[in-house]
Amino acid sequence: MEYFNIFVKSIFIDNMIFAFFLGMCSYLAVSKTVKTSFGLGVAVTFVLLITVPVNYLIDKYLLQPGALAWLSPSLADVDLSFLSLILFIAVIAAIVQIVEMVIEKYSPALYNALGIFLPLIAVNCAVLGGSLFMQQRGYSNIGEVTCFALGSGIGWLLAIVGIAAIRERLRYSAIPPALKGVGITFIITGLMGIAFMSFMGIKL
Amino acid sequence: MKKLDLIKLPFGKNNPITVQVLGICSCLAVTAQLKPAVVMALSVTVVVALANLIISLMRKSIPPRIRIIVQLVVVSALVILVNQVLTAFVYDVSKQLSVYVGLIITNCIVMGRLEAFAMSNKPLDSLLDGIGNGLGYGVILVILGFVRELFGSGTIWDYPIIEKLGLYNIGYENNGFVIMAPMALILVGIIIWIQRSSNKELQEK
Repeated sequence: MEYFNIFVKSIFIDNMIFAFFLGMCSYLAVSKTVKTSFGLGVAVTFVLLITVPVNYLIDKYLLQPGALAWLSPSLADVDLSFLSLILFIAVIAAIVQIVEMVIEKYSPALYNALGIFLPLIAVNCAVLGGSLFMQQRGYSNIGEVTCFALGSGIGWLLAIVGIAAIRERLRYSAIPPALKGVGITFIITGLMGIAFMSFMGIKL
Repeated sequence: MKKLDLIKLPFGKNNPITVQVLGICSCLAVTAQLKPAVVMALSVTVVVALANLIISLMRKSIPPRIRIIVQLVVVSALVILVNQVLTAFVYDVSKQLSVYVGLIITNCIVMGRLEAFAMSNKPLDSLLDGIGNGLGYGVILVILGFVRELFGSGTIWDYPIIEKLGLYNIGYENNGFVIMAPMALILVGIIIWIQRSSNKELQEK
């Protein structure tokens, strides 16, 4: 039950875009059509699902104060947590590279569909943000971390597909010229955020 | 391009947030109050300026294929330094900023300026470009922080201005909604609206 709770919570209540504004750059740049934004959403979910649990293991067995105790008792008071930023980003960049090569080899169709977005996921703040939140919130085991990662990814996917669908329709609306494009997208994201706020306080 | 323009343009028609639309995440998340907004603006300026300078110095020796990794390493080293300094000297603000200091690494302004400017320009120009863009980003952060703190909590830099003016006695109430996440998005939308109404060439078709 705890797993399901974390999963739903990270989709709706702690939504990456509406509650924490993570991954806004690609969210604004790529949300022009539903098809490409769905592809990017799936790719982000996939990368989150792999990197967050891997970073959790790194954090637990290498970085936390006393984490090195399993190597030898004399290392029990070593604290490497100041290295977490650089290790997390290195893991993310490496995994994105591997995922890219695997997809290219086994599914060229998907590879072509994702195109340039795949390498750019390495610098998507939603991905690094996922790892940093994982570290900050102190989940107790890898199952919870995986649920959190999957939920965050799906929440991001929902948000970007939603805004893309709205933007496809906006083309036919009479918007003040100064608001066209980015301006109106910000305001609509704000309104969607208000809608998502109604999930707050739900406890499963 | 003239040296002065490198500093000046990011404040107006080449602003990183309202025109280039980069670095939105942190700009929205840390501006519920003025103090974290100012600290964040300064941190980003330091990181962008120094990263621009370092990458520009190394630009001829970086192999193009692995340049993203090289840039990430330089930026994350700088961000770790900034993070340690913040934790040491302004601990409470660094707690408020939480993960967003670490997220300067993936802040699109930093990567964007490195790719678009530092990889192809001289060190001094790159340094100026970094400072200009950092401050242009900072201006928007300060505006947002000021508006949201004043209307949301009725204070400016923790000084209870509304209470001192006695507005509460005549029935004024703080609008708690301004501190919430969605309002930040709407405020940025309004800033963009104002800027583009007065500057027609920025409008999108």
